[in-house]
Amino acid sequence: MSDHSKETTQTVIHAEPAAPYRKPSAKEKLWEENTLGPTLEKNPERQGGFTTVSGYPIRGLYTQADLEGWNPDRDLGFPGEPPYTRGIHSTMHRGRLWTMRQFAGFGAAEDTNQRFRYLLSQGQTGLSTAFDLPTLMGYDSDHSLSEGEVGKCGVAISSLADMEVLFDKIPLANVTTSMTINSPAAVIWAMYLAVAEKQGADWKNISGTLQNDILKEYIAQKEYIYPPEPSMRLVIDTFEFGVKNTPKFNTISISGYHIREAGSTAIQELAFTLRDGLEYVEWGMRRGLELDEFVPQLSFFFNAHNDFFEEIAKYRAARRIWHKAMVERYKSQNPRSRALRFHTQTAGCSLTAQQPYNNVVRTAIQALAAVLGGTQSLHTNSLDEAWALPTEFAATIALRTQQIIAHETGVTHTVDALGGSYFVETLTNEVERGAWDYIEKIDALGGMVAAIERGYPQREISEASYRYQVAVDKKTKIIVGVNDFVTKEKPLDTLQIDESVAQRQGERLRKLRAERSSDEVARRLSALRKAAHSTDNLMPYIFDAVKSYATLGEICDAMREVFGTYEEIAIT
Amino acid sequence: MPEKKIRVLIAKPGLDGHDRGAKIIARALRDAGMEVIYTGLRQTPEMIASAAVQEDVDVIGLSILSGAHNTLCPQLMSLLHAKGMDDVTVVLGGIIPEADIPALKQVGIAGIFLPGTSTQDIVDFIQKRVTL
Repeated sequence: MSDHSKETTQTVIHAEPAAPYRKPSAKEKLWEENTLGPTLEKNPERQGGFTTVSGYPIRGLYTQADLEGWNPDRDLGFPGEPPYTRGIHSTMHRGRLWTMRQFAGFGAAEDTNQRFRYLLSQGQTGLSTAFDLPTLMGYDSDHSLSEGEVGKCGVAISSLADMEVLFDKIPLANVTTSMTINSPAAVIWAMYLAVAEKQGADWKNISGTLQNDILKEYIAQKEYIYPPEPSMRLVIDTFEFGVKNTPKFNTISISGYHIREAGSTAIQELAFTLRDGLEYVEWGMRRGLELDEFVPQLSFFFNAHNDFFEEIAKYRAARRIWHKAMVERYKSQNPRSRALRFHTQTAGCSLTAQQPYNNVVRTAIQALAAVLGGTQSLHTNSLDEAWALPTEFAATIALRTQQIIAHETGVTHTVDALGGSYFVETLTNEVERGAWDYIEKIDALGGMVAAIERGYPQREISEASYRYQVAVDKKTKIIVGVNDFVTKEKPLDTLQIDESVAQRQGERLRKLRAERSSDEVARRLSALRKAAHSTDNLMPYIFDAVKSYATLGEICDAMREVFGTYEEIAIT
Repeated sequence: MPEKKIRVLIAKPGLDGHDRGAKIIARALRDAGMEVIYTGLRQTPEMIASAAVQEDVDVIGLSILSGAHNTLCPQLMSLLHAKGMDDVTVVLGGIIPEADIPALKQVGIAGIFLPGTSTQDIVDFIQKRVTL
């Protein structure tokens, strides 16, 4: 066990770099002297300074003085055109609303299948699967480390047999499915493709998203199995397989969500996510994949936190940075490689256990920021998620929140409604600048894998997360119902996960192991092991193993034998 | 003679990797003058109990967000009992439904801290509870 307790700690709240030098106009100066000055003398502002939730300083007024050198033709452009600041489609949500994609999964496959079918019946337009921790870590439900975790954080999937139940009576030819799975992503994807094949769906036409973003696991969420090198190989194997076989499937969802949940600032979320994206592009090119063939299948996933304008600026800056990087660094010729598509989830870490109904309001405002920022799909959290997985009641309100934004508020009627706002354009510029600084720092460290191995992004996030906690503890940041406006209240009714899930899963696995051809399983696992030692693409071997009903744990173990496992240096 | 410091083991049992809370608490307790050892991720109850004995800690702080608390906490408590560590103060933080709290207290978890707890409240609880 390592002891890092001797390092000194800081409790200072750092603001990020102050707003850049600006030259106010003569009229603005007059306003400052004649109107603002006397007001401040009589009534000083409520506090010494104002910052975003990330600690970024915000001025009282933004004018054209803040946009010195800003060129709308170059920096803003038009929707559906470079640099995509205003959105990746010319009509945005007038043409098509975002996909309402609620993340769901709990219990055994049949439990989640039922929730999926309920959500589709309520007008949800895409599926998103949450897997339980054993599945995320590549263990079968009956592994000793799975004890107490089966079906708790998501659905338990140990083999193709479970996957068949999960998508029973859900036509994969017509429904797009997102799967939040990372280290064992190739295995779970192979199971999904096997179900699609069984249903008679054409792989060329099925669509969905595999999260498959291992870099942010090392950085933030920590659900990794193998060391970075073989993990990256597996990711690139899925890219290569996807280009050939499933051209409409997003083979990765490069995720800032978890980076933000781990406590990063908005700029860190943006920078680390995009730098992760560039890392995948580089590894793909090193494999010999054609840039403009595989990059269009890369998608992104961002958080929607409390600070309304900072979030909107983040999404706008994301598109501009990606476009610039694709054009300037990689000379991409394909507009589909240069237009950043993203999913958004409202911030789970912003939900409070106290006065949980307030979470509906927080989620609605966060979701609104995502919509105004031009998201392609959206998950809204449920009010009870600081307590447990959501009940059907809470999940329904979360979906209704999106439907209200879509159909009642009118915010979808025009594209990039905030474009041209002095404040939003300035913030977009500043968020972009802050992100480039980080991206270049990581370039200088030798790329993201090297930076991760040195603990660089992990340490930056850890610092930001602690600063935020200190601000909340000192009440310089107010959280309603937590450190102010506190009331006593009655506990909520929360979802209880049936403790029999593990038992049901155990029985199912015993039956599966008895009924399948163990010779066939052994043969295919040994072929996979052999391929893992070579440089072959592993997807076909994994697919073969899956179809013989080799379990997730067996397949991941075969690769553990060859690749080894990863242990991080814990930073506190 | 330097003053004796409260020794705390911060542990993350189970398969979950969400360590934001564990890391913040480790740092806050250290800032409050305690000696903190962080186990890192994915510790089994056996590993935590052995580390507690080996490091001779006064307090064990568990961080569980995955819903596995009803399984992992009783296991740890009985291992600690078997090792004669009944006087160690065990506290738990994370996503814990209110309905589960009485049973966790029953097995000997001294304090359960839910989302939104200030780090000072946790420091105060430990300082009041542990007399060196």
